[in-house]
Amino acid sequence: MIGTQLIDQYARDISDEKQASVIDGSSKGTEKRYSSLHKDYPNPDALRKLAAAIKDHTLHHLEHYLDKAEKSLTSRGVHVHYASTDEDARQTILSILRSHDVTQLTKSKSMAAEEIHLNPFLIENGVECLESDLGEFIIQLDGDEPSHIVKPIIHLNRRDVAKTFLREGISEKYNDDPETITRQARVHLRAKYMQAQAGITGANFVCADTGRLALITNEGNSRFGMAPVPVHIALVGIEKVIPEEKDLAVFLNLLGRSATGQQLTVYTEFINGPRSENQPEGPEHMHVVFMDNGRTDVLASNCAEILRCIRCGACQNVCPVYRQASGHAYRSTYGGPVGAVLSPILFGSRFPELADLPKASSLCGACNEVCPVDIPIPDLLLRLRDKAKRESVPSAGSIPMSPFATLATSPSLWRTAMTMSKAMNHLPIQVAPIKPLQEWLGQRTLPESHGGDFRKWFKTHKS
Amino acid sequence: MANPIARPLNKRVLLMGTCLCDAFYDDTAKATVEVLEHLGIAVDFPDNQTCCGQPAFNSGDWVASRKVARHTASVFAGDLPVIVPSGSCAAMNFHGNLLQFEENPDPAIDSLAKRTWEIMDFIYNGLGVKTWQGKFKKPTRIAFHRSCHSRGTGSGEATLKLLESIGNVVVTPFGQDEQCCGFGGTFSVTFPHISGRMGSLKLDHILETHPDILVSGDMSCLMHLSGLAVTQGRPIEHLHAIQILRNSLA
Repeated sequence: MIGTQLIDQYARDISDEKQASVIDGSSKGTEKRYSSLHKDYPNPDALRKLAAAIKDHTLHHLEHYLDKAEKSLTSRGVHVHYASTDEDARQTILSILRSHDVTQLTKSKSMAAEEIHLNPFLIENGVECLESDLGEFIIQLDGDEPSHIVKPIIHLNRRDVAKTFLREGISEKYNDDPETITRQARVHLRAKYMQAQAGITGANFVCADTGRLALITNEGNSRFGMAPVPVHIALVGIEKVIPEEKDLAVFLNLLGRSATGQQLTVYTEFINGPRSENQPEGPEHMHVVFMDNGRTDVLASNCAEILRCIRCGACQNVCPVYRQASGHAYRSTYGGPVGAVLSPILFGSRFPELADLPKASSLCGACNEVCPVDIPIPDLLLRLRDKAKRESVPSAGSIPMSPFATLATSPSLWRTAMTMSKAMNHLPIQVAPIKPLQEWLGQRTLPESHGGDFRKWFKTHKS
Repeated sequence: MANPIARPLNKRVLLMGTCLCDAFYDDTAKATVEVLEHLGIAVDFPDNQTCCGQPAFNSGDWVASRKVARHTASVFAGDLPVIVPSGSCAAMNFHGNLLQFEENPDPAIDSLAKRTWEIMDFIYNGLGVKTWQGKFKKPTRIAFHRSCHSRGTGSGEATLKLLESIGNVVVTPFGQDEQCCGFGGTFSVTFPHISGRMGSLKLDHILETHPDILVSGDMSCLMHLSGLAVTQGRPIEHLHAIQILRNSLA
């Protein structure tokens, strides 16, 4: 299966326009993200390592902190639910909605909800479900999938969006001015907000000590969605719990900077629970659904570090493979480096089908360098390559390596091969009937072989 | 990744020549010997060395790569520093090997990890040579591509500082320098399209600054970039940083 890797194929077939959007959207903020972190912190690496340590500590004591979070939430009048699978999560949310007679809701951006394909499920079950994040709203109109964690429509340009709005009757005539597009969306969404009977959100962090949820957005859509509705449901991956509120100081400072180069995102919401004497506004009913959906399997694997992820998208932005291929090439909710690790193991039964994802990396390590929680992504990709090989997953497309190992452990054979390789200088190897070699040499000129010359020189030099 | 903090220093070292220098880039290995000897270090080259095992390791065939790693560790046994003119092969010794042996640690593998230096890191951080007493006859513009495997190690800064200190050398910065050249060993074979695009983008950024020489700490990056450049009809002179140090002494 050499040379037919799906992600490479995807990058080959992607339209120039889509690829240009992805490259532009992912590479443009690099400098800003870097400088926003380095300007305020003389040693951002120390901060990243602290964030990693807090996450690791939490993950090592996850049951303890989930218990604690549950108690804190319950004491504030929040109903806490646990869902072990995607189906459990969908059914739990549906039954909450039914118990409150909800037929119409708004939803702010949530990767957890994307992961369980919540929208189509709710719509199938008669609940009108509207995405209120502008990017997600456009995805919903197009019947598309998000291709980036933070910028779901990174693969589209303003002309694409203007066409969608015209087609869907949100605009009366074609206009691709971004400000006009945003205004049109706002007018359309405002009316829907007022009709909604519930709001669904994710949560960036859940503080175990107080039960406070932290939600960050740049559009304020989550906050706006909470204002008119009596019911709030937050769908949260179990790994989103952090020990204490004060830990937010570390994570919020890293998250905005790593994601978009902002010191803080425009809106940082702290949700203390449902309406009460101390909190006279907001929904009367609040539910938190803690979702496992494969996370405990990941925790038990040798790639548990990936659960530190705070979904900033920095690894996607900096990844050269992601830039060429787009998030859709990764064929799951999570694309790019984080997805290449997370998707094959989070959706465990899909491992054979997604085992090629960890191969789609030159292991350049740019992802680790920008990761706010210092996830050693290249190491995890390597562990998954080893897993694919051990489990003989054919889709991973391994090059047979035992001939190499034999050669590299037989010094005299090796030396002979090196000297012999000079013969290649006189052979038309580019026409050798080996497809990957042909493909490689079609784009690249191999240097002249000097096989064994150094060894010869060294012997004379020493004598 | 991070390289070991305290590594042995000695007036005698073992050279790990790398398979690319063995097959193609003999002058890089030669320059490594010449520079070390210039600094008063005696160099041994264990004749039974082959490859660090990285091709198999990156492919996920850890049974094969562990075999090669054990061979390498035995060839370089002892307590002398092991010097490598490649950030990538050096990282295999002090990082990759620890990963593939984490479940069954091997003292020989650990010992190799603790003694391995990438050459520029050795000169700058090990021997403490902070400026290079060399000079080029003509003003020379150098584009320095930091190879990816030196991320998080001392090699990048060491190379940059040493290059910048050479007389008549100007290191010209180029755009998106954090991006990979697209080689990645077997990656360039299994992902030929993406790899080629990455390399071409890198070349665009480098050539925009009209350097006289493209320099890196890894011949693998240079083999990839120059291989693309030649096929695309825009060849560029390319040398390992250690060759620049050596050439500046002439």
